[in-house]
Parts: sequence; C-alpha cells; structure tokens
Amino acid sequence: MEIYFKEEHEIFRKTIQSFIEKEILPLVDEAEEKEKFPVELFPKMGSQGFLCIRVPKTYGGRDGDKIMECIAIEELTKGSSGITSAFTTHGGLATDPILRFGSEDQKQRYLVPAVKGEKIGAFGLTEPDAGSDAASLRATAEKRLGGYLINGTKTFITNGPICHYVIVAAYTDVTKKGSGINLFIVDRENPGFSVVKKLTKLGHRSTETGELSFDDCWVPKEQMIGDQEGGGFNQIEYTLRSGRISTGARCIGLARSILEESMYYVRNAKKQGRMVGRSQSVRFSLAEMAMYLDVMKAITYRCAWLYDCGKVTMKDAAIVKLFCTETLCKMAYDGLRLQGGEAYLNSNLMQRLLRDSRLHRIPEGTSEIQHLLIFNELGI
Amino acid sequence: MDFTLTKEQQDIINAAKEFARKEFPDRAQEFDRDETFDFEIWKKACNLGFVGLNIKEEYGGQGLGIFEHCLVTEEFWAVDAGIGTAIISTAFGSELLSLYGTEEHKRKYLPPLVSGKSIMGTAITEPDAGSDVTQAVTTAVRDKDEYVINGSKIFITNGDKADFLVVFCRTEPDNPNKYNRYSFIIVETNRKGFEANKLRGKLGIRASDTAEVSFSDVRVPISNLIGKEGEGFKELMMFFDLTRLIVCAEAVGIARAALEEAINYTKKRCQFGQPIASFQVTQFKIAEMATLIQAAKNLYYEAAWKVDHGMVDPKLIAMAKWFSGEAAVRCADEALQMHGGYGYLDEYKVQRIYRDAKVVEIYEGTKEVEKIIVARAYLPKY
Repeated sequence: MEIYFKEEHEIFRKTIQSFIEKEILPLVDEAEEKEKFPVELFPKMGSQGFLCIRVPKTYGGRDGDKIMECIAIEELTKGSSGITSAFTTHGGLATDPILRFGSEDQKQRYLVPAVKGEKIGAFGLTEPDAGSDAASLRATAEKRLGGYLINGTKTFITNGPICHYVIVAAYTDVTKKGSGINLFIVDRENPGFSVVKKLTKLGHRSTETGELSFDDCWVPKEQMIGDQEGGGFNQIEYTLRSGRISTGARCIGLARSILEESMYYVRNAKKQGRMVGRSQSVRFSLAEMAMYLDVMKAITYRCAWLYDCGKVTMKDAAIVKLFCTETLCKMAYDGLRLQGGEAYLNSNLMQRLLRDSRLHRIPEGTSEIQHLLIFNELGI
Repeated sequence: MDFTLTKEQQDIINAAKEFARKEFPDRAQEFDRDETFDFEIWKKACNLGFVGLNIKEEYGGQGLGIFEHCLVTEEFWAVDAGIGTAIISTAFGSELLSLYGTEEHKRKYLPPLVSGKSIMGTAITEPDAGSDVTQAVTTAVRDKDEYVINGSKIFITNGDKADFLVVFCRTEPDNPNKYNRYSFIIVETNRKGFEANKLRGKLGIRASDTAEVSFSDVRVPISNLIGKEGEGFKELMMFFDLTRLIVCAEAVGIARAALEEAINYTKKRCQFGQPIASFQVTQFKIAEMATLIQAAKNLYYEAAWKVDHGMVDPKLIAMAKWFSGEAAVRCADEALQMHGGYGYLDEYKVQRIYRDAKVVEIYEGTKEVEKIIVARAYLPKY
C-alpha cells in the first residue's frame, strides 16, 4: 500500500483520525442504541473538508483524490460503520452525479452546501421490486408544465429520513428499458415528496434508512441531471463504480476493528486455565484475519489508484467489492466465535461488528451481481 | 439400518409442528423485539405433553427417549427458535435429576416441570469458566447439615424465572484431580442470598431468558446434593452428551426454517424478468442447503438413536453438534443473502433466523470444543 500513499495522504490520515476520536467516537453508542443519526456531525465534518473529498476547490472542496477519499472512509468506518454510511452516501452517491454530470447552477445550489454539510444528500435508486435489476425500476418522470412529474417509491435509501435533497432515478421514457432513465434532484420541501417510514435494520443502526414516496412530485426541468432525456443509467453506473471502491475501504475499516478486538481478546483471555493465544487454531484464525486485511488493503488502494489514473474498469471495482465484503464476513464470524458467549451480548463490540459487516454483501450490487459484472468483462 | 420413524414418532412430529405453527408465528416478532415471553404458551405446551417428554412416566413424563425430545425441539425451532427455547429450556437440567437425583428429588421436582407448574435452570458457566468448566470457582462448603454456597454464574437460561436451579459447585477444592472437585446441588431461587439479573441485548433467541446469577452465603440442606460429592464433572459430561443432541435438533430446525424462507422468497421475487429461483446460482445454493440439512439430520438421528439404545457415543455427538451448527449458520446466511436488502430488515423473518442461528455454535460446547472431543478420539495421545 505504501506505494500508493504520498506524504499528504499520511498527514490527512492523522488529521481525520484525531477528528474522529474527538468528535465522533463519543456519539457512537447512543446513536446505535437510539437508531438516530447525530446530524450535527454534518457541518462539523464539512468545516474540516471531510465530506466530499474529491470536489474541486472552486466548489469549496478539498480537491483530493480517490485514495484520500478511501483513507477517510477507512478511518471513519474504523470509528463507526453505521455513522460512516451517512457520509459515504453523501460524499459519493448523492454528490458524484452532480459533480460529474450536473449543471453549474446545480453545483452552486447543491454541491457547494453539501460540501459544507449544510445540505444532506440521499440517492434513490432501489425500489421495492427493483433491486439487483435496477433497469426494472418503475418510477416515472413525465414531462409536464416545463418540468417533470415524478411518481414512484424508493426503498433502502440511506439518509432518506434526514436528507435535504435526494437524487432520484426515474423513467422519462418507459419504452426504452434502461436507457430511458434520468436522474433528478428533488428537494425535501417538495410537496410531492415524503418519507414513508424509517427502516429498522440488523446493523448500521446509527444511520437512518428510509422508504421514500414521490407522489405527483413536480420539479422544474433544471432539476434533471444532464441535458438530455435518457443517459441516466450511465450516470448511475459511473457513480456505483466509485462507490464499490469505497465499499472496499469500508471493509478495511471494519476488518481492522475485528482484528484489533480479536487480538486484544487473545492477548488477555484465558480458557482451559491457559492463555487463549496458546491454541494453534486461534493463532491460525488470527493469521488468516491479518492476511485478509492485507489483501483487502492491497486491492482496494490499487483500485483507488487506477480510478485516479482514469483507468479503472467495472470489473476492477467489482472484484474489490466482492472480495472485501465476502472475506470481511468470514472475519466477523471468526471474531465472534473466538470470543464465544461474551460476544453474543449487545454490550460486546464484536456483536455490532458482525451485524455491520453483514450489510456490505448486499447494497450497491449484491455479491451475486458482482460475480456477473466480473464475468461480463472477461470477454467470453 | 432403518431410518423409518415409528407411527408414534411421526405423530409426535406432526403434533409439535401443528402446535408451533398455531402458537408461534403471531408472537415471535414481538418476543424478539421486546425480549419477553408469554408463559401461557409454555403452559399450553406442557398440557400437550411437549415438555419433559423424556422424563419417566412415574414422574409425570412420557418415558420417551432423547430422540423424541429432539424431534419436538426440531419442529419448534423450524418455526421459531426463541419461543422454542423458551418452552423447551424450562426443563433444562431435568436429565441430571433423572439420571442422578434421589427418589425424593425426582418425586418433588420432576412432575411440576412436566405439568407446567415449575421452571428450572442449570447453572454451570461462570465469567471465567466457559469452555473449561474445571475453572469454575463457585463453592459449596459443608456446615453441619447444610451447604453454604458462594459465587456467581453467567449466561444462565431461565436464571431469573426459574423456581430452582441445579448449580455446578466446587465441593472438594483440595482434590488433586481437578475433575473430582465438583458436585451438582439444587438451589431453590427463593433462598436468602440468591440474586438474578436478566441479561439484555442478546444477538438472538431473545424470547428466552438469560441471566447472571449470584450466590452469597446461600444455605441449602445437604439433601439437595445430586448424585455423589465430587462426581459433578462426570455427571456434567453425560448431561452434555444429551443436551448437545438437543442443540443439534435446534440447528437442523432453524436451518430448515432458513431453507423454507429462501425457497418461498426466491420463487416470489422477480428480477431480470424472472423469479430469482430460476437462476442456477440460486438453485445450487438451495441444493447445498438441503444437503447440509439432510446430512446434519442423519448425523444427529444416529447419535440420538445410539443414546436411546444404551450406546452413548460422545465423539459422534460432538461431530453432529459442530456440523449441524455450521450448517445452521451457513443456511441462515445464504437465506439472508437471497433476500437482498429485505433480509437486512427487522421486519423480515430471515433476519431473526440469521441472529438466532449463531447460538447453536456457541452454547453447550463451542464448535472448537466439539472438535477437540472428536480429535481426541482419533489422536488420544496428544
């Protein structure tokens, strides 16, 4: 990894580490327990330039690269995977399409305040009946009165309950499967927008996830991302590709916590009247964890570097997501088993690490979808 | 080799299945969320003879084998693990009384367990004595015709609900052989000096009560001793051979529940214009789950059958325990994955199955302990 990190990256890592320790860690337990995201963190993160790492200085951003973004995500996740969900969605899915494809006006109205943490963003793609098969989404955007009338339901939307705006995917032309999709920015105040419910989840409880409804939700045409009807699917693919690398960084953060917890336990725990670390199977488990973590780091930061060079493919990103999420879950299971009954209780961090780790094999393309993406680029 | 069930065994399965399907589904989510249980369901189960059915007829039971006990457990867990445990565990430890208790113990304690008038628990694990019970430091010291008990126990099922506990105590601390230092003693929970605190926030089986209990100069008559002084460890190993089979049945039950959820969901859920059950990857996963379940079931059937025919085989029981536990966890994980995002939500049953399944790899001997037992059978000198 060292070959991918410059001095500025190392300095940045230390800066964000001390911020996390001071501002985030004290809030984690309560946020997890009450399933409530501490929204005051958004402006705090924004003022330090931690929210949208890759946004250029002209829009108030840090002008960092993907490697730097991954460092931020890794460190944040190490602190709390739940809380980090809100930030990765905000700094990735909810701002990337505007940064890359949005108009200058959209950048001023949404990107600039998003960078500062004054506006919280969400990204609405998944629907109750359109998950892995995103092209089968049913939300529609009908041309009406110089704008679009959006109708549909979106679910599993991170930040949905707390967002100020949501980028929503809808069909402007239902006859063109996939290619008839566009992205629109919808403000929370829009009378046609509502949060139907907040979802209770296995893990990531400190982040708020919701089901959103768009009911005759009219937006002026300036809210469409990009100039032409259609083309939204490519924007989505571009956004998800970046997000899959970020998932790698999230897995690294969780994997570090799991290894750290396991090492702490092995160093201190006694079973059968002797140190747990004397057991060879325990030693092998730790060795495997360390190996997985190292490989995760290597492929994730290599892929981030490829992204920064403009050479990354969907296959590269899919490999990162598939490998990191699957091995992470293996590590989490091993970590829980190592500690036995104690880890079965809520007060134990390992239980939360398992519940949090389990998520990543699902969103932004399940493991099964990653298999397909990798295969598709093999050229057979 | 004949794996055909008798008519009586098939009737037991059908009755347990019918009862669980009628009583569990409407309440399972509520008990899981609130970490509570409605003991009316337990009473109904007792009335129908599902609790303590391996207790002898003269003590109110049905005198059936551990295998029949397993069959009921499997059916209960196939519907809901939390409620299944809440019911079945009310007689957890009755095997110790049946095997080693005095006639008086059996007459006094066993019949109310079967009839739904009493709940028991067994207290073995301590904060520093989990997989290795010979580290247990709860002591019982004789004072004339009483034992004075001091210490604390953790992860005690029914600890704060039970009318009495069977407690694993160190009675002979000076015995040079650490396996000869312990005895099981009955402690009624209304005795002075006994305290219990419910543990909240378990990952799974949240309908079932788990507590931390403490004994501070608790006095019980010496007649509360089960079996002989110093033989507690030996008795415990025999007890575990039986209860591990129950855990195997739990594992197979919950794995079946996972498979059922997976099949129902993948047939309904359409992506890319077809039910996801039509994808080969889904079909292979279902095939693997079904195979694991069948293999786990055959293992525990054989192990339980041997016990009921007087051929206790601890190695085979240990094999069945770790294998079925791993099968349960794997099936639950795959079933959750097939549900995609919905599987991660509280309102979906598969999420509860995923959380509930994990415990079968932990309690009554972790997977690691089971492997140690198996390995010792093949490599005795090491």
